[in-house]
Amino acid sequence: MTDRIEKHIELAAPVSRVWRALTDYREFGEWFRVKLDGPFVPGQVSRGPITHPGYEHVIWEAVIQRMEPERLFSFTWHPYSVDAKTDYSKETPTLVEFKLEKTAGGTLVLLTESGFDKIPSERRLEAFRRNDGGWTEQMKNIESHVAQRP
Amino acid sequence: MSHKGRSGIAGKRRAQAPVFAALGDETRLSLVAKLSVGRPCSISRLTGGSKLTRQAITKHLRVLERAGIVHAVRAGRERLFEFDPQPIEAIQTYLDLVSEQWDQALARLKSFVED
Repeated sequence: MTDRIEKHIELAAPVSRVWRALTDYREFGEWFRVKLDGPFVPGQVSRGPITHPGYEHVIWEAVIQRMEPERLFSFTWHPYSVDAKTDYSKETPTLVEFKLEKTAGGTLVLLTESGFDKIPSERRLEAFRRNDGGWTEQMKNIESHVAQRP
Repeated sequence: MSHKGRSGIAGKRRAQAPVFAALGDETRLSLVAKLSVGRPCSISRLTGGSKLTRQAITKHLRVLERAGIVHAVRAGRERLFEFDPQPIEAIQTYLDLVSEQWDQALARLKSFVED
């Protein structure tokens, strides 16, 4: 049983380009699909409405943790907090870390999200229930949206 | 996946249930492993072949019970413990979902910086 998610992806772009895409709030908002209210500042909250089709009513919120230029960008947040009726602020947030490494072909991005052991299991179950059936459909929407705007 | 018959009390108890924490122990993991493959077991059966005392096993079972991973059932005068896969499945499903979201987000990041 794991309490973390780990991903890595190699991008054919220089580290400086990837760093900007991650840490410039407008660029981050473009690919992450959120309309943020201002620049990322470590220790401060970043907030804005999700721009995913179908999720526009959801406010994305994170606390920026570390910004070590071209190396590490991290924030804490409440993953999957899509229910307006639930107060997620009492829950321990998870930590999202993006680590960058220069490679021959560009940049290796190592993503880790950890701390899932602190999320009440009932909510994990509800997150699934709410999206059972709807999620697959949502993914198709996102894919077609990406295809339209490469 | 069906979640019928999960009553309010069980649900509320599960709301506090630290499933990860319950599984973060070698003895409890081995108890879960034993119970997940077979029929409900008595404490004596679970204690047999273990270096631990009956009391220690009982304590571990209680942690698993609180997390909803095992349930005690009565069989005559005996108390048996049975495995409930649901909390573990729920965690896995949740992590799969978050994981899928990251795959999508990283794919968008890729096309964003490579264009």
